[in-house]
This record gives sequence, structure tokens and C-alpha cells, in this order.
Amino acid sequence: MREGVISRRAARLLLAACIALGALPPSSQAEIPAAERRSSYELMSAETKAMQDEDSANPGMLWVLDGEALWNRRAGEADRSCADCHDAAPQSMRGVAARYPAFDEKRGTAVDLQGRINLCRTEQQKAPPLAFERQELLALTTYVGRQSRGLPIDASDPRLDPAVETGREIFTRRQGQLNLACAQCHDDNWGQKLAGIVMPQAHPTGYPLYRLEWQTLGSLQRRLRNCLIGMRAEPYGYGSAEYVAIEAFLMRRAHGMPIETPAVRP
Amino acid sequence: MGSALLAGALAGAAGQSLAQEPLRSFTIVGDAIPEPVTGQRGDPARGRAIVTNRQVGLCLLCHSGPFPEERLQGSLAPDLAGAGGRWSEGQLRLRIVDSSRLNPDTIMPPYYRTEGLHRVAANFRGKPVLTAEQIEDVVAFLTTLRD
Ligand code: HEC
Ligand code: HEC
Ligand code: HEC
Repeated sequence: MREGVISRRAARLLLAACIALGALPPSSQAEIPAAERRSSYELMSAETKAMQDEDSANPGMLWVLDGEALWNRRAGEADRSCADCHDAAPQSMRGVAARYPAFDEKRGTAVDLQGRINLCRTEQQKAPPLAFERQELLALTTYVGRQSRGLPIDASDPRLDPAVETGREIFTRRQGQLNLACAQCHDDNWGQKLAGIVMPQAHPTGYPLYRLEWQTLGSLQRRLRNCLIGMRAEPYGYGSAEYVAIEAFLMRRAHGMPIETPAVRP
Repeated sequence: MGSALLAGALAGAAGQSLAQEPLRSFTIVGDAIPEPVTGQRGDPARGRAIVTNRQVGLCLLCHSGPFPEERLQGSLAPDLAGAGGRWSEGQLRLRIVDSSRLNPDTIMPPYYRTEGLHRVAANFRGKPVLTAEQIEDVVAFLTTLRD
């Protein structure tokens, strides 16, 4: 057995002792300390890293370009473009994706970036909402996300706490036929190999991103759906409050890490 | 989790046609299930095929083992080499049927349990990961792993 596993075992024993002494609440999930947080970028081959780093090689840039065109195109009964209200995205959207999901005053809940864009579609442009995992919503979200590339995630808004807690609860709860929790893989066993694949820490820093295995670009929700299906759990519906809560939790967990959108992943 | 893994997992399940029969009863004695769940011992060759199949046994997602032909193995769990020397047949059976009886924090899935699980995908609901016959095949194979 590897050293890391043994020390985690030891940690668990220690924890058990503490619980027995009434020193700690009975939760066995240890979160990843800030100094040990790693983007999956660091697990990638030099070629895949270069693909992400060089705009001319990054397939996600096609969605960025498409998003830019959509940003300037008028739509809906209001016949307004995003640019009509928000002007140039490099200024108006700088840093926005780094603090999403954000708290929505009007609705009193957390809203993710895709949800926010669709609210502008329906309420401002008076147009039908864009469909999940389709070109238009992915392109606009990637274009807005791109304006935060390199900026640190800021998930500190305390009004997000309820969503973060719901997300944490989902992340640490066992589910599916295989009876696994996200945290058992991504907190307790990152760096280990799952069928030869190095287990990442599951940071949301790169989304939407181009996944070589998908041969296309996809949202964080699509990635979460993949993990849930692998656990043989019922996936949540696209746009559900559960996915927003998981994202709010993952962003809080990745607070301070730089946005990579559009990232590339194997 | 790779979606190739995933797609395979789903295809495996569809092709497996697990009839939804009630689980057989079994008796736990100490840390073991001494008697075969089906009433008879399984077939080690079939067991090996289940263990190395990433869509059926899933064992090599987490474990490594003496399977030189399998390139992609896991490092989340002990190597299966020698498992049959470390544990009796009955101890192995309980570990496959439901490891959480021995270690509540285990990540090893319960292979023969349908109760106490949450949000199981519709196509797997009410079904154990392996049938009773498959459990016995796996146990029969593991007992052959003596060194
Ligand atoms: C008619 C004006 C209008 C149009 C058109 C419009 N928006 Fe907005 N948008 C707003 C307003 C106003 C807000 C502030 C939030 C609110 O109260 O809805 C906003 C907020 C946002 C935000 C959140 C910014 C933040 O700092 O949290 C994003 C992202 C956004 N819009 C994207 C878009 C995109 C993409 C489009 C085009 C598909 C678009 N908007 C079209 C008016 C508009
Ligand atoms: C059995 C282990 C396992 C479980 C359980 C699991 N995952 Fe994953 N997850 C993985 C692996 C392996 C990858 C990387 C896949 C690849 O690179 O092909 C991954 C990738 C991810 C990523 C992508 C990270 C990136 O850099 O793009 C996120 C986010 C994620 N998982 C979140 C979750 C969440 C949330 C859950 C629970 C609903 C979960 N995972 C459950 C194994 C797991
Ligand atoms: C999701 C990961 C996972 C999967 C899948 C899994 N196991 Fe395990 N298994 C473990 C872990 C971790 C342990 C170590 C004991 C513990 O933590 O409960 C273990 C322990 C064992 C042991 C005892 C090992 C020893 O010598 O101490 C055996 C035998 C075993 N597993 C067999 C299997 C077989 C056979 C399969 C497939 C049918 C399987 N496991 C699938 C994670 C897994």
C-alpha cells in the first residue's frame, strides 16, 4: 500500500480518537488544504498543456469566437444584443465568471453563469432560453468565462453559504449503486489511480472546457453528469438547483485558484 | 470518471440482463459468510473474467492484481495478489458481499446489497452489482490467489 494511504489511515484513527474524546464532530471527510490544491492541468501531458495554453491550438477558442459573434448579434422581441447593454465584454465581463455562481437578489438564490445568461435572454432580450449543452449557450458562456482567464476565483460572498452547504452535503454523501461519495474519490484519493487514470481534485476552474474524450466542449454540468453516471447514481437535471449548489461548493473549495476557461482536459 | 469507462459500464449492464430477483439470504459468522450464497461453490475461471472486466466486476478500477494482460489498474486499494492466502473463503465472501460491514468508511462498493443506497440510477435500482452466482465465481477465483 502506498504511503499516502497509510497516513490517511493513521489520520482516520486519530480522528476516531478525537471523536471518542468528543473533540470533533463525527465527519471523516478531510478537505484539501489550500497549499495542496492542484488543478488537473498539472496532471496533463506537456502536449495537452500546450494545447490549452496556446490560443491557436486550443479548440475551445472556436467557441470563444462564436460567443463573440453572438454577443454582438441582436435577438428576441427586444431586438437587443448583449453588447447593446453590456458594451465590450473584455471590460464589462472581466472577473464576472470568477465570482459565479452568484447570489441573485431578486430570486433569493444562487444563479450560475449559464443561468444568468439565460435570464438576460428571457428577461432582457425577450427571447426563449438557450438549450443546455448546445452551441449557443456554450459559446456565450465560454466567451464570458474567457474574460476571467487567469483571474482568481472569488467565492467569498456569505450569501452563497446555503448553496455551498447544500453542495458540500451532496459532495460528501454516498450515492448510486456503487455507494460512493464524490469526496471519497476527490478529497480522500486524489493522486491515486482509478483504472490507470490519475484521480484529480475536481476543481471547476476550466469550464466550459474542451474534453478530448468528448471531442467537443462541454459544461461543468456535463462533467458532473459523467461522474454521477459512473457512480451509477441518477444524474440531476441540467440547470437543476443541485448542480448550481455543487458548483457553488466547488468554487468555494477552489477559492483563489485561477480561472482557466476554456481549458482542455483528456 | 472516463465516459469510455462509463459507456462500457452501461453497455455491460444492459447486456447482463440481471433479472430482478430478491437477494438470497446468508448468515454472517464473525467477519465471514462461511457458506456459499447460492448453496454451491462457483467457478474460478468465470470469476477471473468478472474480476478483470471493468464493466462487470469493476475491481481493477481500484485494485491491482496478478493480471499482466490488464494495462489499466487502480491504486486505491490493496493488490489482490495473495488475497486467498490472507483471507479464508468465508472472509473473502463477506468482503465482496458488503465490505461496509467490516469498515463503515470503505470505498469498496457493496456487491450484494440493495438496501440503504441513495439515488441509484433507474437502470440499476433494486439490483445488486453482482448476482449471487457471480459472487460465488469471484470468491472461488480469489481463493486461488495464494501468493
Ligand atoms: C436590455 C439590456 C440587457 C441585455 C440585452 C443583456 N443584458 Fe445582461 N444584464 C443586464 C442587466 C440590467 C444586468 C444586471 C443584473 C440584473 O438585474 O438582471 C445584467 C447582468 C448580466 C450578467 C451578470 C453580470 C454580473 O456582474 O453579475 C451577465 C453575465 C450578463 N448579463 C450576460 C448577458 C449576455 C451574455 C447577454 C446576451 C445574450 C446579455 N447579458 C444581454 C442587461 C442586459
Ligand atoms: C470513483 C471515483 C469518482 C467519484 C465517486 C467521482 N468522481 Fe469526479 N472524477 C473522477 C475521475 C477519475 C475524473 C477524471 C476523469 C478523466 O480525466 O478522464 C473526475 C473528474 C471530475 C471533475 C473534472 C475536473 C477537471 O479538472 O475538469 C469534476 C469537477 C468532478 N470529477 C466532480 C465530481 C463530483 C461533484 C462527484 C460527485 C457527484 C464526483 N466527481 C464523483 C472520479 C470520480
Ligand atoms: C471503489 C474501489 C473498490 C472497488 C471497485 C473494489 N474494491 Fe476491493 N477494496 C477496496 C478497498 C479500499 C479495500 C481495502 C479495505 C477497505 O478499505 O475496506 C478493499 C479490499 C478488498 C479485499 C481485501 C484485500 C486485502 O487483502 O486486504 C479484497 C479481497 C477485495 N477488496 C476484492 C475486491 C474484488 C474482487 C472487487 C471486484 C469484484 C473489488 N474488491 C472492488 C476498494 C475497492
